[in-house]
Amino acid sequence: MGKEFNKVLYDLDSFVYGKSLYPVKLKNGLEIGGGLILPELNFTLPNMLFNESTFPKVIEQYRSIIDEACKRAVELSVPGFVAEVELLPDATYRPEWGIEITKVVREVMYEYEQKHQLKSGLRLTPVDIREDLNSEHMWHGEFWDKIMRIFEEGAKAGADFLSIESIGGKDVHDEAIMYCNIKQSIFGLGVLGCMDMKRLWGSITEIAEKTGTVSAGDTACGFANTAMVLADRGYIPKVFAAVIRVLAVVRSLVAYEEGAVGPHKDCGYEGVYIKAITGTPISMEGKTSACAHLSPVGNIAAAVADLWSNESVQNLKLLGGMAPTVYMEQLAYDCRLMNTATKKGHSAVLLLRDLLTDSDSYYDPQAYVLRPDVVLKLSAEILKGKDHFERTKLAGLAAIRVLREAYENKEVLISEREVPWLDMLQNEIESIPADVNVFTQEMIEGNTSAKFEPKKYDL
Amino acid sequence: MQELLNKIAIGIEKGNKKAVLEDVQAALDANIKVESIMNDGLIKGMEELGAKWKRNEVFVPEVLIAARTLTAALEAIKPILAQQGVKPKGKAVIGTVKGDLHDIGKNLVKMMMVGAGFEVVDLGVDVSEAKFIEALEENQPDILLLSALLTTTMPQQKAVIDAITAAQLRDKVKIMVGGAPVTQEFADEIGADAYTQDAASAAERAVKFVS
Ligand code: B12
Repeated sequence: MGKEFNKVLYDLDSFVYGKSLYPVKLKNGLEIGGGLILPELNFTLPNMLFNESTFPKVIEQYRSIIDEACKRAVELSVPGFVAEVELLPDATYRPEWGIEITKVVREVMYEYEQKHQLKSGLRLTPVDIREDLNSEHMWHGEFWDKIMRIFEEGAKAGADFLSIESIGGKDVHDEAIMYCNIKQSIFGLGVLGCMDMKRLWGSITEIAEKTGTVSAGDTACGFANTAMVLADRGYIPKVFAAVIRVLAVVRSLVAYEEGAVGPHKDCGYEGVYIKAITGTPISMEGKTSACAHLSPVGNIAAAVADLWSNESVQNLKLLGGMAPTVYMEQLAYDCRLMNTATKKGHSAVLLLRDLLTDSDSYYDPQAYVLRPDVVLKLSAEILKGKDHFERTKLAGLAAIRVLREAYENKEVLISEREVPWLDMLQNEIESIPADVNVFTQEMIEGNTSAKFEPKKYDL
Repeated sequence: MQELLNKIAIGIEKGNKKAVLEDVQAALDANIKVESIMNDGLIKGMEELGAKWKRNEVFVPEVLIAARTLTAALEAIKPILAQQGVKPKGKAVIGTVKGDLHDIGKNLVKMMMVGAGFEVVDLGVDVSEAKFIEALEENQPDILLLSALLTTTMPQQKAVIDAITAAQLRDKVKIMVGGAPVTQEFADEIGADAYTQDAASAAERAVKFVS
């Protein structure tokens, strides 16, 4: 580990939205986690071709999306916001496209800053194209180089925050989710994932330092949100998805061990744990991301957020305007309400935080593990582990214990057919060997996932 | 005889590979027709489990393990099926289109297709037009299934269909499209033969094409 995190930094009273121990401040004065919760707007293209000949249209799409969204932000007196440019695969495979999109979007944002004093920051998120079947290695080669080039040149083109939804360990984890194989999941998140995050975030932080940008953080989207989406459809147990969320904490934390300072990415709901452990600000998404996927955490996700996001919405025309503009409006109103509570004083903040929390946490184990009190308790358990592997196992066991207790105390709804899964998962985790090398060998030998190639990780 | 077939069906539902393989052997030894072992034992078990899945009574891992068991059992009786000229219900080729790496939905569709008795060739993700055409020529499937999860890869479904038309293979295969952003309207627009919203209905629709 680079930087070490060994203790929980908040008590329940100080663990609130809009405010973090170590806010992030941009040169233009935009501050995240400094007292106000702000919108983070995400958007994507409508159904259209993305190629050489349509590129001018693509650029025009992005330009008009951000222009209209900024206009609405000004109309609503938004005190500041972050725009996320989450590149599509085409714009990552061709870095010059991704860089051009970044530049165009940022230029519009600068314009609004100058003309209307609307402060904003741009988060740049390339696709982790190392998932490509032709990618030969996780830490070098064509795909790695392209990602790093986008970060570096994207930073020069105006990006402020560098992020990625990285995929190290996902090659075994996709199958782990489909089969609800918790051992394989721990191998993906706690071993492969952490190994990869260390290399990846070491490099991203270096680029951030070199370019004067912010190494912001990752998300376990490809792991825990994939599980969440499947659980929402009744395909896998919700308790499994809830446990995966907590396992993912250790992996996402590695970015911070390697120098990231936040804000953690919106779709990583494990961000609440990152905030508790690192004191850095986080972005979260909830009811406002219903445009992208359903989730059982619509309100609770906002309880300790510093940025409030909508995940991603296509640029389609709705009656109220283009969809990203409409979402800017929704985010703006949510944030305005929360910031008004802040102005009223700490007791209003706590009341609002607890309303957001209590309105969701009973209905789904995935919401329950995001309760601020539960987050602080589980974070302390996780930090008892001495390395990533041990911490991941402890995360799983502690999450199972907390869910079982909550179920027995009728604090969380767990359907009858899911209850036996808690014991099954616990037994599986307890059967994992203590030595990470023994475990790794065992998992490599018994591997059934066609996508996993140990040599890509130098194993 | 019925008892043994029921036992096979239950073995499939439970995903108990060892028991299923033993019972299949016992059924063969008892001179039960291999076609009946396949349809009234193996596939029946899978159908029952699929129905439970649709009613939200079981989770995907259970269905997947059953599908694995079914595949192993079909593999074991394949030579006998071939010898007696018994054909699978149909043959299908499936893949996620070029530029798209999402495969969970596709894998579920495949699982349900296997469960419905299809022989399924899975081309994986990020599959180009050329690869689909090659697979059509090589496997001569009844059905081609194209999955796309990105708004920017949906047009790729059209590109595949157009390429198949250009290669004069269009009338040899039924094409089904799907994935979260895909709609019936879009499917009609690009000249697909069918669209369904989920994996279970995809397999049901596919069965209609071959019966
Ligand atoms: C899980 C997920 C991922 C995982 C994929 C894991 C995997 N191995 O598949 C990961 C994290 C890797 C991922 C990556 C990306 N993703 Co993604 N992802 C999702 C998510 C949350 C769920 C998809 C899913 O698995 N659903 C569950 C399955 C069971 O459902 P399904 O796929 O729809 O399949 C069902 C039906 O559609 C149908 N079906 C499916 N295929 C077929 C085929 C036929 C023939 C038929 C009949 C039926 C059928 O049956 C299935 C079962 O019932 C969606 C959100 C959403 N709303 O879909 C975003 C989403 C699709 N992803 C999105 C994006 C942007 C990306 C990335 C570009 C992100 C990035 N910047 O890195 C990359 C792209 C990588 C690439 N080149 O493809 C966007 C797409 C936006 C757009 N413009 O289209 C979405 C919509 C999220 C969002 N709103 O932002 N993603």
